[in-house]
Amino acid sequence: MVQKKSVLDFVPHLILLAGILVLAFPVYVAFVASTWDAATISNGTMPLRPGPHFLDNYYRAIFVGTSSSTREPVGQMMLNSLVMALCISLGKIAISLISAFAIVYFRFPFRMAAFWIIFVTLMLPVEVRIYPTYKIVADLKLLDTFAGLTIPLIASATATLLFRQFFMTVPDELVEASRIDGAGPMKFFKDTLLPLSITSVAAMFVIQFIYGWNQYLWPLLITTRDDMQTIVIGIKKMIVTQDALTEWQLAMATAILAMLPPVVVVVVMQKLFVKGLTETEK
Amino acid sequence: MNNVHLRHVGKVYAGNVEAVRDVSIEIDDGQFCVLVGPSGCGKSTLLRMVAGLETITSGEIAIGDTVVNDKDPSERDIAMVFQNYALYPHMSVYDNMAYGLRNRGTPKAEIETRVQEAARILELGALLERKPKALSGGQRQRVAMGRAIVRKPRVFLFDEPLSNLDAKLRIQMRVEIKKLQRSLGITSIYVTHDQLEAMTLADVLVVMNKGRVEQSGSPMSLYERPKTTFVASFIGAPPMNLLPLTGGDMPGLSLFSRPQGEKIVLGVRPEHLELSSPGNEGHPLALDLLVTATEAVGAESYLYGALGGAGQEVIVRVNGSSTVAAGETVRVTASARHLHFFDGASGQRIDGE
Repeated sequence: MVQKKSVLDFVPHLILLAGILVLAFPVYVAFVASTWDAATISNGTMPLRPGPHFLDNYYRAIFVGTSSSTREPVGQMMLNSLVMALCISLGKIAISLISAFAIVYFRFPFRMAAFWIIFVTLMLPVEVRIYPTYKIVADLKLLDTFAGLTIPLIASATATLLFRQFFMTVPDELVEASRIDGAGPMKFFKDTLLPLSITSVAAMFVIQFIYGWNQYLWPLLITTRDDMQTIVIGIKKMIVTQDALTEWQLAMATAILAMLPPVVVVVVMQKLFVKGLTETEK
Repeated sequence: MNNVHLRHVGKVYAGNVEAVRDVSIEIDDGQFCVLVGPSGCGKSTLLRMVAGLETITSGEIAIGDTVVNDKDPSERDIAMVFQNYALYPHMSVYDNMAYGLRNRGTPKAEIETRVQEAARILELGALLERKPKALSGGQRQRVAMGRAIVRKPRVFLFDEPLSNLDAKLRIQMRVEIKKLQRSLGITSIYVTHDQLEAMTLADVLVVMNKGRVEQSGSPMSLYERPKTTFVASFIGAPPMNLLPLTGGDMPGLSLFSRPQGEKIVLGVRPEHLELSSPGNEGHPLALDLLVTATEAVGAESYLYGALGGAGQEVIVRVNGSSTVAAGETVRVTASARHLHFFDGASGQRIDGE
């Protein structure tokens, strides 16, 4: 029995280790590449251990930028990405909370119609409606602005549905108790519903922050100026160069940097995230 | 004056479902009124109409001298205790009780004194900082009561507040609610489906059935003179024996006199039937029963017997030391004042004497 158990324990661990290896090895190679100089990488003999140029490369990436394709320092790109991801995730959460609140707690004409229209937009992500959306943003003169970058991505059926589902599990008696306690609808929302939704909000924030951070197509269309460009586009521009040598060490450093904020968000919010998706508090 | 008047109150839901029909009840200042009935009889709907959580389709509800039909729950000066307590899960016990007062702009010092006082009355002092999640069922119930008390409302409303508690705690809380209501002297309306709770708590007992008031009055008057077969079978445990009388002789039953009429139902409570020796004549009612089962609950026992050996089932309460066993035949008798007669068709009481 003991023997069998240890074998059974060993097999899943083996599988997990293999999985980790497959996932982590490319990241490790990218990290190693970001610590050597350009010559070592391009002559194809880069060793699998970190090199001596860690500080140089990261300093240059963050504050100076590459010398050829995009001359924008990565620091600025990260800031742009951060602003975009935060605007999208917080905007989505704010709008979805309010619309879910309206749909669940108010009886107004065409309530279900409104709900279904929101539901249907699930089938229409930005990629599908990219031309009309671009036209509207361009006509509103919002190209190369954060408003143009984020507003079209804020409307969100996913978050509305999640919050609706959560609100429907909140017992009606709480609403009634609030009414008797003299709390109006908005006071109920602020004092009772919002504090109860904290874990769902956190889960939504994690998902939407990563969604916003990873945006590629839309920022590519909307931003033309280098100082508005986001880090995901920056990496791409660094790699594809017309006539100069790709500065791989900087591109890899940028890739590692681009990975960090989502990782931080996930690590910090992990507990709340899991709670928000699995637990119904009450 | 904090009396509550319900005048011809009705509630019709969408789709023409009549939940409450023409209910009129008068509850005096400081009285404890209990609405009791089977599930779906409209008692909770009626309570929620008083609270303002349901609209009133017809009729009028007044608290004191004010008609409150169109008033918001918060303007009616009522406090409600819910079946599942409805405590705010993210607030401490203290905040749960203080929330309503804060919303009304009560000064901080006043809130503090009121909450502390309620906590003292309900023995919640040590729990004020806890969240509802960390409390037992009974403690949550107390917090829900505390939330009602601190408001010092004109009317308390209770919606089956004890049904989530275990049997022992329920009895204990029942006594406490009664004491509390007496000492605070606040007019109360209490909804329950438990007739024992209803009997013990009520000053005014209202039995409801199918959206209507079957009978209202003091608990003992309903027990002693039920107006309908429904009330007769609902109030009292085990329920009153109801025997439909056929025109001719019934085996095992001898009845001195009966009201005129085709279909008559005779009612007699298990506790009013007494064992008597066979052949003993001259009782207003005598029943010969073949005992089919016995139930000993300690101080007393219940005999389940078939009338005349094979007829209708009759329950008899006997002393706990009784040695009657299943299979025996017994004769039970009752005196005239314990006999109730009802019209078989309408279920209405017939007062013959």
